[in-house]
Amino acid sequence: MKLKGWGELTPGAVILEAGNAVEFKTGSWRSFRPIWKEENCIQCLFCWLYCPDMAIKVKDGKRAEFDYDYCKGCGTCALECPGKKGQKAIVMVEEAK
Amino acid sequence: MAKTVAATGNEAVANALRQVNPDVSAAYPITPATDIMQRFTSFVSNGKVKTEMILVESEHSAMSACIGASAAGGRVMTVTSSQGLALMWEMLFIASGLRLPIVMPVVNRALSAPLNIHCDHSDAMGARDSGWIQLWSENGQEAYDNTIQAFLIGEHMDIRLPVMVCMDGFIISHSIERIEYLEDNEVKNFIGEFRQLNPLLDIEHPVSYGPLILPDYYMEFRKAQDEVESKVFRVVLDAAKDFEKISGRKYGLFETYRLDDAEIGLVILNSAAGTSKDVIDEFRNRGIKAGLLKPRLYRPFPYKETGEALKHLKAVCVLDRADAFGGSYGPLFIDISTSLYTYSKKPILINKIYGLGGRDYLPEHAELVLNELTEIAKTEKVKTIKEYIGVRG
Amino acid sequence: MARPLSLKEISKKEVLISSGHRMCAGCGAPTVIKMVLLASDYPIIAATATGCLEVSTCISDYTAWKIPWIHSAFENAAATISGVETMYRSLKKQGVISKEIKFVAFGGDGGTYDIGLQSLSGAVERGHDMLYICYDNQAYMNTGIQRSSATPRGADTTTMPAGSVVPGKTEPRKNLTRIMAAHDLPYAAQASPSHWMDLMKKVRKAFDIKGPKFMNILSPCNRGWRSRTDEAIMLSRLAVETCHWPLYEVEYGVTKITFKPKEKKPIVDFLKPQGRFKHLFKPENEWMIKKLQEDIDREWERLQKEASLSAP
Repeated sequence: MKLKGWGELTPGAVILEAGNAVEFKTGSWRSFRPIWKEENCIQCLFCWLYCPDMAIKVKDGKRAEFDYDYCKGCGTCALECPGKKGQKAIVMVEEAK
Repeated sequence: MAKTVAATGNEAVANALRQVNPDVSAAYPITPATDIMQRFTSFVSNGKVKTEMILVESEHSAMSACIGASAAGGRVMTVTSSQGLALMWEMLFIASGLRLPIVMPVVNRALSAPLNIHCDHSDAMGARDSGWIQLWSENGQEAYDNTIQAFLIGEHMDIRLPVMVCMDGFIISHSIERIEYLEDNEVKNFIGEFRQLNPLLDIEHPVSYGPLILPDYYMEFRKAQDEVESKVFRVVLDAAKDFEKISGRKYGLFETYRLDDAEIGLVILNSAAGTSKDVIDEFRNRGIKAGLLKPRLYRPFPYKETGEALKHLKAVCVLDRADAFGGSYGPLFIDISTSLYTYSKKPILINKIYGLGGRDYLPEHAELVLNELTEIAKTEKVKTIKEYIGVRG
Repeated sequence: MARPLSLKEISKKEVLISSGHRMCAGCGAPTVIKMVLLASDYPIIAATATGCLEVSTCISDYTAWKIPWIHSAFENAAATISGVETMYRSLKKQGVISKEIKFVAFGGDGGTYDIGLQSLSGAVERGHDMLYICYDNQAYMNTGIQRSSATPRGADTTTMPAGSVVPGKTEPRKNLTRIMAAHDLPYAAQASPSHWMDLMKKVRKAFDIKGPKFMNILSPCNRGWRSRTDEAIMLSRLAVETCHWPLYEVEYGVTKITFKPKEKKPIVDFLKPQGRFKHLFKPENEWMIKKLQEDIDREWERLQKEASLSAP
């Protein structure tokens, strides 16, 4: 992104575009990647709620894929996942080097 | 039709604030400014204004609440003095950095320690580089007029900066003078409707105030703010012109008194200028060409215009009612020297520190200084550049 | 207003804090904020004190906030939001605005327990219609894990590091929720993101009460607590189950414990996974654990007594 000159700035540094932080991708911070195993998912949505990075998509009240553009790989979703019959629906794997 | 009254400086400023009728005010009492807010809150209690008061627990919170209220989107004012202004210091830079046109009469008072409630300019001088516009006032009339103009100036869309209106504690704030008030609707029409840029309360267009700015942009924001300062002069002069139309009273960036053909001159702020003018008249009667310059817009400082007004004099004394510690000269002296720096032919400058903590500034002080200037003009010799006057040895 | 709190329903709402913020991986705070914003049925305007949350969510040219938001300084989130709220009341009275809007201030424990306590106390006393939320991560995390008055006894911080003479923080934490309740404000509560339903119910209740409200929400910080990045929710749960962080509310002076652990776990369960308490497990420091347990037992006793006195 081309940096703006002083004459192009909003007075008082006010940011006018709500939620434009989505343009800043944090996925590259990740060293572990969560993998969703749909077959073990009970749709409790805890992962969606606990995710600090809003990196789990939900469609019509149902869990969808991870948003790897933003997931920082903290693993909270995997730890909190109740899974099905002792089988986790989210597992963490090391990012390929 | 203007109305002539006998009123104190505080009373006049409170009346100006009533006529402006801001949406919100947050304030904390401090002598000698308390009286303004007491008067103003009685307007609130009796339904004379629409203002919602926030009676905060400190001046820091007063300025913080003003910042929140102004960013929310409306006209905001507060009043303070001395320690109160010092406690606000952090927030002053934030108000100007966020470009919020808050208006704040400052009733000038000394700073602690030692504790002193009387007049000097240490408080506002300490805040002179905080990005606020500063208008200084010789008397109650000027404090009243400046308070009204402050709203028009600060709220100008090219500027959007907070404004301090300074007047001398007790000497002006608590002395009764003859003051001409404008009609309420004249004030209302003069300042016009307020419109905030990007108000927080515009829920349909959510904005974020106060981001973290990293080195990639911080300097650009500072440069932008510096650039805004340069636009203030024209806006102040335009406001003065419009104000003259309704009041008949003339204002500029500064006031000159018998300065055009003067050989020696005083530069002095606020109430002491009045005393000095009388003494200048006496010197003129004796055939000595003395004059005076009284800054009004002190921040941003009109260096060019001030230098131009003073450059032809032989000797000038800058009188400071505050000292800048650190072995330096008084703050006003530093600015006046700077304004003359670029001229090859310029007056000899001396600096007197006077009137600290409410010490009286008497005609004989002005006399003493003018005599010394007469001598300097003749001999071109200076004994001491900076000196305290009216102080015991 | 009484929408049922089901995740299925809530998940259909837009989350008003966006991805792309720069809080550390596994930080508890964004989850807390997300829950607060999701719980509200009203449009919200927020002020935030200087701190982790503030610097990481609004770095020019980016903001993660989808609601009107203001940060001005560290110690004054309450004063700042009181200004916004007052302007709202003024303009509403003048007929300029008609919408119902709610006002929230977020501050960390530094900005709330310590440097911002005066500003918070003042705003609460003045009766502004606002909800103040403290996301309590138990130290000055933004400046690098320094001791705060919210830091628990025994914790290792960078300004009270555990050494051969000083065994970490020697003083107990300040009980801010109680201090706020002592303001006789309409609503004060303590919550934890592990108990999300309890947290969101409290937020909803708070928004429906006029006047000043305070919520203290535990917000684990893996950097400062020296824990794994995936443990924020787990640790906040252990804090509740050990009664280190009891969940309760004080509504118009009536205290109610909103969650009673079936079996109160020993405090070591909370301490063990955290590196900041590692030194307490050395034999010479065991007395500190005992003291910590005593602190907790005493407060839990007191709280139960208070709740039983308030019980209908």
